[in-house]
Amino acid sequence: MNERTFNLPPPASTIAGAYDELFYFIYGLSVFFFVIITVGTIVFAIKWRAKKGEEQKLTSGFCHNTPLELLWSIIPTVLFFVIFIWGFKLYLRYVVIPANATEIKVTAWQWNWNFAYPEGAESNILVVPKGKPIKLIMSSNDVIHSLFIPDFRVKMDVLPNRYSSMWFQSDYEGEYDLYCTEYCGQQHSKMVTRVHVKSASDYTKWIEENSVTPTGDVLYKRYACNTCHTLDGSAGNGPTFKNLFGKSETLTDGSMVNVDENYLRESILEPQAKIVSGFEGSVMPTFQNTINNDKLDALILFIKSLKEE
Amino acid sequence: MYSDSEKNFITHPKGIMSWLFTLDHKRIGIMYLIAILTAFAAGGFFALSLRLELFRPGEQFLTQDQYNKFFTLHGAIMVFLFIIPSIPAALGNFLLPLMLGAKDVAFPRLNLASWYVYVLGASFTLFSVFTGTVDTGWTFYSPYSTQTSTSVISMTLGVFILGFSSIFTGLNFIVTVHKMRAPGMTWYQMPLFVWGTYATAMIQVLATPVLGITLLLLILEKVGGIGIFDPKMGGDPVLFQHFFWFYSHPAVYIMILPGMAIISELIAVHSHKKIFGYRLIAYSSVAIALLGFFVWGHHMFVSGQSEFSSMVFSFITFFIGIPTGIKIFNWMTTLVKGHICLTTPMLYALAFLICFTIGGLTGVFLGALGLDIQLHDTYFVVAHFHYVMMGGTVIAFLGGIHHWWPKIFGKMYSELWGRIAFVFIFVGFNMTFFNQFMLGSQGMPRRYHDYSSFLKTDLFERYHGFSSYGALILGVGFIIILCYLVASLFNGKPAGNNPWGGLTFEWSTTSPPPTENFKKDPVLKHGPYDYDKVLPKDIEEN
Ligand code: HEC
Ligand code: HEM
Ligand SMILES: [Cu+2]
Ligand SMILES: [Cu+2]
Repeated sequence: MNERTFNLPPPASTIAGAYDELFYFIYGLSVFFFVIITVGTIVFAIKWRAKKGEEQKLTSGFCHNTPLELLWSIIPTVLFFVIFIWGFKLYLRYVVIPANATEIKVTAWQWNWNFAYPEGAESNILVVPKGKPIKLIMSSNDVIHSLFIPDFRVKMDVLPNRYSSMWFQSDYEGEYDLYCTEYCGQQHSKMVTRVHVKSASDYTKWIEENSVTPTGDVLYKRYACNTCHTLDGSAGNGPTFKNLFGKSETLTDGSMVNVDENYLRESILEPQAKIVSGFEGSVMPTFQNTINNDKLDALILFIKSLKEE
Repeated sequence: MYSDSEKNFITHPKGIMSWLFTLDHKRIGIMYLIAILTAFAAGGFFALSLRLELFRPGEQFLTQDQYNKFFTLHGAIMVFLFIIPSIPAALGNFLLPLMLGAKDVAFPRLNLASWYVYVLGASFTLFSVFTGTVDTGWTFYSPYSTQTSTSVISMTLGVFILGFSSIFTGLNFIVTVHKMRAPGMTWYQMPLFVWGTYATAMIQVLATPVLGITLLLLILEKVGGIGIFDPKMGGDPVLFQHFFWFYSHPAVYIMILPGMAIISELIAVHSHKKIFGYRLIAYSSVAIALLGFFVWGHHMFVSGQSEFSSMVFSFITFFIGIPTGIKIFNWMTTLVKGHICLTTPMLYALAFLICFTIGGLTGVFLGALGLDIQLHDTYFVVAHFHYVMMGGTVIAFLGGIHHWWPKIFGKMYSELWGRIAFVFIFVGFNMTFFNQFMLGSQGMPRRYHDYSSFLKTDLFERYHGFSSYGALILGVGFIIILCYLVASLFNGKPAGNNPWGGLTFEWSTTSPPPTENFKKDPVLKHGPYDYDKVLPKDIEEN
């Protein structure tokens, strides 16, 4: 496994090596110019310092030197061209996605991630096979988020009204941090999960284990309903699920509804349709495109089970 | 403070009303100074709270909601209430007419109006603090800003109003520079401070309306449900980012150009040396101001904008680096063969060269297309913009305050305390922000209240902890400055007309200057930096 360097985490993806080369190239140049300017400034300031108590006198009129000025205009310009082209070439490696990449669908919402695999499994951690290019096709259910895996040197915004995509390939098994890097509200700093890079056989095993439709209590956590809805009767960002089923709920327009299966279904798929009084301030993301019928049934069953007799 | 016999713009006329209704650019400058320093103190309070919260992983003393509100307030106050008006409206107002040899700015009433508009805008912004504050970040990105229940409207309305104050000041300065120069003063005999302020004024006038319109659209969307940015109503959130950065990138030059303008003065005066490459420094300010309008997309490399746009924006971004680099080399070379006095203002000027260089060089990382992918929205960016805004503009501002304090108030401050405070500021600043570069490139995202559940929590904790210690040292530095500057008003030695040996017009009048600025109308006899021809003791008193 690679080691992290002073400035960068361990290069754990195939693009990281190329990234680090450019990074340390600019780093070297920066140190070079920084030393010139700092040393120059300090040395000049000391060398031409006025002696103590010395009267102000006329100084040299030195204010031009064409070769010098050309030098410090042309050298940086040339370097900028080099860096621009190099940076653009690196960028092309990011945006040209290999045709044989495995596609994983990413859905983000306040404040959770969901990863849907081609084989049918779903999870809120990202699990990928080692040594295969992976393409993430991403969209958001509410505001803008951004998916960032520092050890892979990849990042891309996740938008509510269009798909964005990115790719990576990791040849190193292990566990890595995955962050949301676009500020998305209250629990932005909790929108953190992990990437697991597994060997081909471990990956297949994991997919099989996660392909059965999970029960409602698992989904409650996976879809991060728990960030807004408690089970203990206290109000969070949204109403508690405890004793929710069967009660009559007051809406913002003053009307009452009876909480039955249809109301629950609508509340999850179209949260904006009926807003519970007292929760005008916070917005529940829609799960229209994320939760299919099987899972909806499981969640409703789970909420029903929270009713105490 | 001042004896009764003294007649200057501070002592005469008397009474609070004579200040509140004054048309004197010098008094308006001081009123601005008080206002922006108050804002800076408030922004600093929030900054320190943020740093202490981040001292360790896990929740320290701010909840998530409080943290989000605090960084929004910190950013919004520092940007809109402090740094944008800081140098132009406070020092610029005071100095521009003096440097041009004029009696006042072109439109004194507009000038006073701009102060009141500022206060009105600031009130709206701060009003939002009492109505639940805002948690969107100073960038107000949609659709979060359309959906959050916090009081976005009152704050954006405040920022909208503040924009007009900025436009008024800019307009005033442009006309003043064109029309009010002393007899004999051509464009190339203006002090470089004037060039920098002029370039800034151009951006203020051209860019600020776009921010106003953007915020107005945001308010319309929130109040009227008209879908512009929020996809739920059929809008496009990336459009908001384009609009926002179309203003806010040029705005970073509203922040830095005046700082550069100060540095040109400080370096020339305190090394008593003709400035190296006068014309190039002047042109590069204008070049930066103009190019600054075409690079906004470098804030959006990972936003999903087209790859082609990203390429063009990256390319133009590097072009701004060239004039900036030239300026730095020019300032450095000005020192050569000078007669350098390492006074407090000069120490700040030299610190600027070092800190701003770090800010500029790290900008090269961010401008390179592929590299920005890792660094965007991490602490690397936080460190970069603090090196530019704090290590650049704020350091220059402090240098400027120390340089013109004797002129503004006619008193010298304690040079010893000045140097002590400088050490605190320099060390504290670098301790706070330098390691944030590593923190960011290792992956720490910005706007995070907590970092306790990461695989790298231990690593990040070391960096964050160190930063927080730095912030405390920095805070102490600011308190020392406040103490000795205020003390100097009461027991400072009289400064005399020209304590540093400068050659521009402001040093030829008394300190503090009389209300009408000069006793007789000044006529230009020599260039602003002719230290090879004229000795300050020989310049004629105006
Ligand atoms: C970002 C916070 C948030 C998340 C995440 C969230 N909700 Fe909600 N939810 C709310 C809010 C706020 C309300 C009340 C306003 C409304 O009715 O839309 C609500 C209302 C509801 C209601 C109606 C409750 C009542 O008292 O009538 C149900 C049912 C519900 N949510 C289910 C879910 C499920 C299931 C999930 C996970 C798949 C979920 N919510 C995730 C915020 C959230
Ligand atoms: C006194 C020293 C300062 C300290 C310790 C400090 C600290 C901080 C911290 C901790 C953040 C939050 C980072 C995050 O959560 O992403 C921040 C953000 C910011 N700071 Fe400072 N800061 C200081 C001075 C300044 C100054 C002088 C300015 C401008 C003139 C400034 C402008 C900003 C801006 C614009 C942000 C971004 C806010 C946002 O992300 O919405 N800071 N600062
Ligand atoms: Cu987020
Ligand atoms: Cu920019």
